[in-house]
Amino acid sequence: MNFGATAVALLVSGVAYAMILFLMSVGLTVTMGVMRIANLAHGGFAMIGGYVGFALMNEAHFNVFAALAVAAAATMLLGAVLERTVYRWVYATGELGQILMTLGLTFIMVASANLWYGSNLHSMPLSAAMSQDMDWGPISINAYRLFIIVISTVIAGVLWVILEYTNYGAKLRAAVDNARMARCVGIDVPRMFSGTFAVGCGLAAAAGFLGSPILPLEPYYAVEYLVPLLMIVAVGGHGSLKGSFYAALLLGVIDTFGRYYVPALGAFVIYLAVVALLLWRPHGVFVRGLA
Amino acid sequence: MSGYALEIERVSKSFGALRVAREVSLALLPGARHALIGPNGAGKTTLVNLVTGLLQPSSGTIRLAGTDITPLTPERRVALGLARTFQISSLFPKLTVAENVGLALEARGGVDQRIVGRLRDRPEIVDGAAQTLDSLGLLGIAGRRIADLPYGQRRLVEIALVLALQPTTLLLDEPAAGLASADRHAVLDLLLRLPSSLTVLVIEHDMSLVFRLAQRITVMVEGEVMVEGAPAEIRSNEQVRDVYLGKRHHG
Amino acid sequence: MNTAAADIPVRTGTVQDAFSRHPLSWIDTLPWIAALGLYFAFPGYLALGTQVMIQATFALALDLALGFGGVASLGHAAFFGIGAYSAALYALHVSSEPISGLAVAAVAGGVSALLVGPVILRTRGITLVMLTLAVATLLQNLANSFDAVTGGANGLMGYPVAPLFGTFTFDLFGNTAYWYAAGVMAVVFFLSKALVNSPFGLTIRGIRENQVRMRMLGVPVVKRLVLLYVISGAFAAVAGAESAQVTTLVGLDSLAFSLSGNVLVMLILGGIGSLYGAFLGSFLFVVLSDRAAAVDPFNWLFAVGIVLVLAVRYAPNGIVGLVERAAAKLGRRPLP
Repeated sequence: MNFGATAVALLVSGVAYAMILFLMSVGLTVTMGVMRIANLAHGGFAMIGGYVGFALMNEAHFNVFAALAVAAAATMLLGAVLERTVYRWVYATGELGQILMTLGLTFIMVASANLWYGSNLHSMPLSAAMSQDMDWGPISINAYRLFIIVISTVIAGVLWVILEYTNYGAKLRAAVDNARMARCVGIDVPRMFSGTFAVGCGLAAAAGFLGSPILPLEPYYAVEYLVPLLMIVAVGGHGSLKGSFYAALLLGVIDTFGRYYVPALGAFVIYLAVVALLLWRPHGVFVRGLA
Repeated sequence: MSGYALEIERVSKSFGALRVAREVSLALLPGARHALIGPNGAGKTTLVNLVTGLLQPSSGTIRLAGTDITPLTPERRVALGLARTFQISSLFPKLTVAENVGLALEARGGVDQRIVGRLRDRPEIVDGAAQTLDSLGLLGIAGRRIADLPYGQRRLVEIALVLALQPTTLLLDEPAAGLASADRHAVLDLLLRLPSSLTVLVIEHDMSLVFRLAQRITVMVEGEVMVEGAPAEIRSNEQVRDVYLGKRHHG
Repeated sequence: MNTAAADIPVRTGTVQDAFSRHPLSWIDTLPWIAALGLYFAFPGYLALGTQVMIQATFALALDLALGFGGVASLGHAAFFGIGAYSAALYALHVSSEPISGLAVAAVAGGVSALLVGPVILRTRGITLVMLTLAVATLLQNLANSFDAVTGGANGLMGYPVAPLFGTFTFDLFGNTAYWYAAGVMAVVFFLSKALVNSPFGLTIRGIRENQVRMRMLGVPVVKRLVLLYVISGAFAAVAGAESAQVTTLVGLDSLAFSLSGNVLVMLILGGIGSLYGAFLGSFLFVVLSDRAAAVDPFNWLFAVGIVLVLAVRYAPNGIVGLVERAAAKLGRRPLP
């Protein structure tokens, strides 16, 4: 019975998908936790990172690492600039205004992507070694998905260490718990946040670029992954990184298994799951604090 | 059974390891004027949140006129006659003063879900709002939006709003907070003129208001009731003075 | 403070005015006067005009939920699509009579809102937005999967539409369609107006302003929001049904995110929470997008994005808001 082998392959696939989404969502989680704004344009930064990296590899013949580094840096720069300008307006407006403004930003990003690269799918080219399936007996695991899982776990680990063990991490956690109090004890929340926002964009860019063989790039990418990203934040508890990590895993695996075993209903499974989870714990399933 | 308007019986509340209320007990007779005082962070607002149902106690019982309201939703408790004001006035900013009071009247009259008929054709709402505002001297600002009003007037409007609910028991959370002295007098004046059948629990820091209004005072510190008694007893209580003024040096 | 009883009528007059929000006025006739004028002035553009009015009806539905109730729905196309498919299926399998088709669609939209509402309206903020998006995306997936019923990616087409009131055929020139849309728009508008002026209208605005306080008044907030959502869903479904009937074509794009996004932009442009904004915004948007999107859809999307950002920053109450501000400055009483 091949169920075991299929299950392992699905699990690997699901976890890889989850990890890409998790990396993308880090910036969104922190933005919601610290500044308490809904940044619907976050998926756009992932998309931009993906496209920039792709362009560098495709046209400028950069290698993967250089492309990744430059794409992440460029997106971070863009994020920093936008945060200082347009996002100032977003902070100043109410909840609905934030949603509308960031939605507008997303539209601009989608249109720009199309202007630049048209509506075909693109993804980071993989070497033969990377795209092979590794066979261990009956079990077959895609090398690239494994790579994604490994690298994402490493990055998640690094993030956790930074949060738990550094000064900066402590300040960030304080800011999420209570931004007003954090200011009172001398933490410059707006300044700290600018840098954090940029880092979040950089992570999203990395996720978009490295994830593109699995989640291909196209102009509507920014909108396409908005719902899964928002689901992760909602289920994980706004502003909780650990929460969104587990939420991403849960949702990624449920979605992958669901689509495979109940193809007619496809997306239905994940939406049902999210609704059920939110009904059970409306404030997020895995909550309390940034870490 | 007991004849108390409001009974808080050994109510405790913890958030994980943090205990914000421990075995708090309080009983108000109908028509009581009871003040709840204590330093910041003592758990006074938490207690009000527990009584109104925004928080669920970890243990203990709350009774309103003999009925156990502990398992009830906030909406049900309001329907049974409980009303409250908030530390920071909780009103409807873009609506007018009349509309704010009108909402309370609609809710009380059970007509808030009527989709047929014009609101302005309902005399019980329009006249009711006029009367409530008039009795509090607020008729002149009936057409002004809350967002355009100075803070002092908003506090008064909030009291008008809760009075329009015609509650049996009223919880006031720092009604005079943040007000200039003229507004404080207006609030105190209003509180002194409240119907004698209404049971009132006031959280306040303004001691002059407390001593003029309260028949009994409960002092809370760090989530616990430290002492309760008549104003004169509380005023002369050494422990209370220490809590507010800090321990005095001897010698 | 002793006041003479004779003073009361005067005072109550003031208080009554303090409640007035959307009185019947001459302004309410403007959209139909405009429709009449445009009918004669631009006879070649009737299909476009019909589109404007259908979108205006859709925008009115969203304005009730969003502008008055504060429900940030980014997935209202779900109801539009449900209405469209219901009307088409009704015409295909039951009866091609259009008005009953609208009624069927309204029920379908209302029932869908009733099913989804109690679940999602407990949430707020970004969670609610996400859930409205999720519902719409889910429906689109379902419509795609169950292609035996819905025609899948091809959609449904060629279903019959009987003459309106038995006499007015929906001809190729679009005359009947135009006045049909105008009529439906009128019904939805005046019903919305009545709703806004009713006690429930005030309740819903109270919920928008301060949900906690509403609970502290004893109002079951979620139940009220569900009622609003049902009405809004029914009206949106009616708009979708109209669209299906006048174009005799229903596809997956009637459930698309772009539809939800567009109607949202129309409301921002025109002004949320005023009902009139729906007319202004839909007129501007549909006419402009017809010109621009035909040329270059992605540049149009770019422009829409920029308009969204700038509008929220500089004109958060849309055109209606700008007009009100100007009128206030000129000393006249602002529009209701």
